[in-house]
Amino acid sequence: MLTFTVRRLLYGVLLLFVIVTLAYLLLYAAAGNVARTILGPTATQATVALKNKQLGLNTPLISRYFSWLGHALTGNFGSSWFTNQAVTTAILTRLTVTLTLVFGAVIVSAVLSAVLGVWAALRGGWVDRFIQVFTVLGFAIPGFIIAVFLVRFFALGTHWFKPTGYVPLTTSFSGWVSTVTLPVIALSIGLVAGVAQQVRSSVIDALRQDWVRTLRSRGVSERSVLFKHVLRNAGGPALSVLALSFVGLLGGAVIIEEVFGIPGLGQVAVLATSEGDVPLVMGLVVAIGVIVILVNLAIDLLQGFLNPKARIS
Amino acid sequence: MTEAAVTGVLAPDITADMRAARSHLARRFLKNPLGVTALSVLVLIVLAAICAPLLTSYDPNNVSVLHILQGPGAGHLLGTDGAGRDVWARLLYGARYTLAGALVATVVAAVLGIASGLVAGYYGKWFESSASWVTTLLMALPGIVVLLAARAVLGPSLWTVMVIFGVLLIPAFYRLVYAAVSGVRNELFVDAARVSGVSDLRIIGRHILTVVRAPIILQGSIVFGIAIAVQVGLDFLGFGDQAIPTWGNMLNDGFTNLYRDPQLVVWPALAVVITGVALTLFANALRDELEQSARPRRRRRRRATMATPAEVTPAEVTPAAVTAAAVTAADPVQRDSDTIVHEELSSSAAAPLLLHIEGLAVGYPQADGSVARVVDNVSLDVRRGEVHGLIGESGSGKTQTAWSVLRLLPAGGEILDGSICLDGEDLSTVSSAQMRDIRGGRIAYIPQEPMSNLDPSFTIGNQLTEPMRVKLGVSKTEAKARALKLLGQVGIPNPERTFASYPHELSGGMAQRVLIAGAVSCDPDLVIADEPTTALDVTIQAEILDLLRELQRELGVTILIVTHNFGVVADLCDRVSVMQKGRIVETGPARAIFADPRHPYTRTLFDAILDESQARGPYAESRSA
Repeated sequence: MLTFTVRRLLYGVLLLFVIVTLAYLLLYAAAGNVARTILGPTATQATVALKNKQLGLNTPLISRYFSWLGHALTGNFGSSWFTNQAVTTAILTRLTVTLTLVFGAVIVSAVLSAVLGVWAALRGGWVDRFIQVFTVLGFAIPGFIIAVFLVRFFALGTHWFKPTGYVPLTTSFSGWVSTVTLPVIALSIGLVAGVAQQVRSSVIDALRQDWVRTLRSRGVSERSVLFKHVLRNAGGPALSVLALSFVGLLGGAVIIEEVFGIPGLGQVAVLATSEGDVPLVMGLVVAIGVIVILVNLAIDLLQGFLNPKARIS
Repeated sequence: MTEAAVTGVLAPDITADMRAARSHLARRFLKNPLGVTALSVLVLIVLAAICAPLLTSYDPNNVSVLHILQGPGAGHLLGTDGAGRDVWARLLYGARYTLAGALVATVVAAVLGIASGLVAGYYGKWFESSASWVTTLLMALPGIVVLLAARAVLGPSLWTVMVIFGVLLIPAFYRLVYAAVSGVRNELFVDAARVSGVSDLRIIGRHILTVVRAPIILQGSIVFGIAIAVQVGLDFLGFGDQAIPTWGNMLNDGFTNLYRDPQLVVWPALAVVITGVALTLFANALRDELEQSARPRRRRRRRATMATPAEVTPAEVTPAAVTAAAVTAADPVQRDSDTIVHEELSSSAAAPLLLHIEGLAVGYPQADGSVARVVDNVSLDVRRGEVHGLIGESGSGKTQTAWSVLRLLPAGGEILDGSICLDGEDLSTVSSAQMRDIRGGRIAYIPQEPMSNLDPSFTIGNQLTEPMRVKLGVSKTEAKARALKLLGQVGIPNPERTFASYPHELSGGMAQRVLIAGAVSCDPDLVIADEPTTALDVTIQAEILDLLRELQRELGVTILIVTHNFGVVADLCDRVSVMQKGRIVETGPARAIFADPRHPYTRTLFDAILDESQARGPYAESRSA
């Protein structure tokens, strides 16, 4: 188990290295005259040259890359070209907000999909049909459109929730709930649709297995057959779908944060990319890469827990 | 060479067959109401985009300060937006850009994905490993963030953004094509084509690409939907090219005017949702039809008289099998003849009845409203302490009878008639809660296929102790001690290790021993063993039979053993019932039946035993006898 974890981790680090290198070279190669962009068209040639020197843009790309990499390994990602704020600070202050939304959505989706999927698999009939329709709609409607309508009806219409902004959990619980609920719902619906469908089909599949009959023949209660044995076996495929959706969820969070005016990574991403703030963009690439790799590792470990065959000793 | 020549001749036939299947697919798709509706909606949207100038006279980009935020009607069908532009015109022209953008992304992803998938799947080697690496890389990138970064350095061009997104979507096609091609690569007809000198390019084009055509269309429609969503999302954020009308730009404008004119956001949202739903329904309908045609229709030949029952693998209950059994059950030949009952031998007659089945009928409701009877008017007596063999060919209804006793018939199956008395209590009428108490505690079950009858996700120990803790109410440690003792009793060399193992770590013989241990763990009166040796190697079969005999002697348990093999009966059974076409045709002490098989079917079964000393009688003779 330990070697498996270490190997997956090393593979993740290698992947991260490739992504970061490609991103760095592409971004700087395409960045153009940065100092001119920052200073505007009125700046003189001399000030532009000076700015370029300050930013370290007068040295060759490769040597700049290695110096960046060296600093990055110590946790120093430089500072923003426009605000001079340290990249690490800018990202870390926003990271918790985005992670709250994303993991909130993952937890809500996991619970809801398990309930809906099992229900549809067992009851059939109208419950099943309702979930089929819900799946199609959830899959077909982009999350941000749902978000817009949630804002329209539940924040502007009924004032149940706040349309914009974010209150940290540490400040006020009710404030946190009223700002987080709608974004989490908007993020979850598409995910629930996909995962519930998978839970439904894998529960139906598991119920057809021979060992279900044998368990019943032993007098094991129906509750244990279903919730201990069938659900555990159906969990693996559902978890795979959840894992595959995670990267998309991070992307979705970028747009959702814009809709709700939430100061998370998405806002940094939108700001940094619209200004062409390359150090900040690079910091984001690293942050998102690390999150994706850690989540995939966690899912692999969870998969091993659910499915003994997937365990590599 | 001759073999290759033969298959080489066959290859065109097979592809012709597949082409026929595909044209069936297209035809069937057109009969799928949901699919056709979705396709029509999509065609309508595309037509509306193409015919935009005919449907509106307004210029979608015509800004007019005088006509800002006008409501629907009064010259503007859907009103005007925050800059006084006609919403209906923008919706129509927006469809052009939005759909064309998504098409660019889909085409880029499809062309690159299919090409690399074909090469990787067909040739493999280094290209395969590097391609799968790149795929993993692309899948680890959040699309929106990459597109935002690309937009930052390349500017807000719809087409550039969509090309880059297409590259990010390559894995969607690559994985599909790669899986299909590497699956079909070693098919016989592809081998045959290769051996007969067809060039690789032609093989790919004719034999491989055609196989994945429908799944590619399916994937394409899904990717197209995703591309629309992402592009609309980017424009909605205000990252798109503001100079062109797109649904995303309209959403952006609508959202900024959400307070002043809420309906502005509705129209583009509706356009995106309708297109998305239509694409999803189209893909679902296509997938349904594809899955239908991928499942070959199973035909089961009717076995009139069994020549070699030992060779027949007992089938699971598929609808086809049920219907086949029903057909044979309706056969009038055996209907009226009564069960041949042999005289009891003096020694066994004294034991009291444990299981008494009277007039049992089991049926499966069919789609047309009729009920297929797979067991009809079966009566069976099992005496306490005996080993009773229930023998017959596949589909004769013996397993259905066994499952009825456990009340564990497959979905849809029901007991139509008759009674099943265990110690005088009719199991066909007790509540399901009572039945749960009886199962495991008084009746136990040993299945046929050991590997598929253990839950792969739990250890052997967990699966052994769970019923004991429920049935016997013992503590966890006590249950473990009992389980270890049982594992030793059934001849497992290292009980501790097996206790901690998962099913996939055991051999078939070991797994069957574990299942036998599980069956006797709660001291049942009756053990129903459904072909307990069929799935095992010959040497293991003998060991398992020895084990059953030993356990029966030690525990004094009664065994009803379902089998198609008279060798098993001779080895183990005190009494036998012979089953054919859902009925018992002959019953009595094993010795008596071996000495004097009276029913022609029993004799056919005897003749089927491969015995060196006695050759099988002529087929026609045994049939007419």
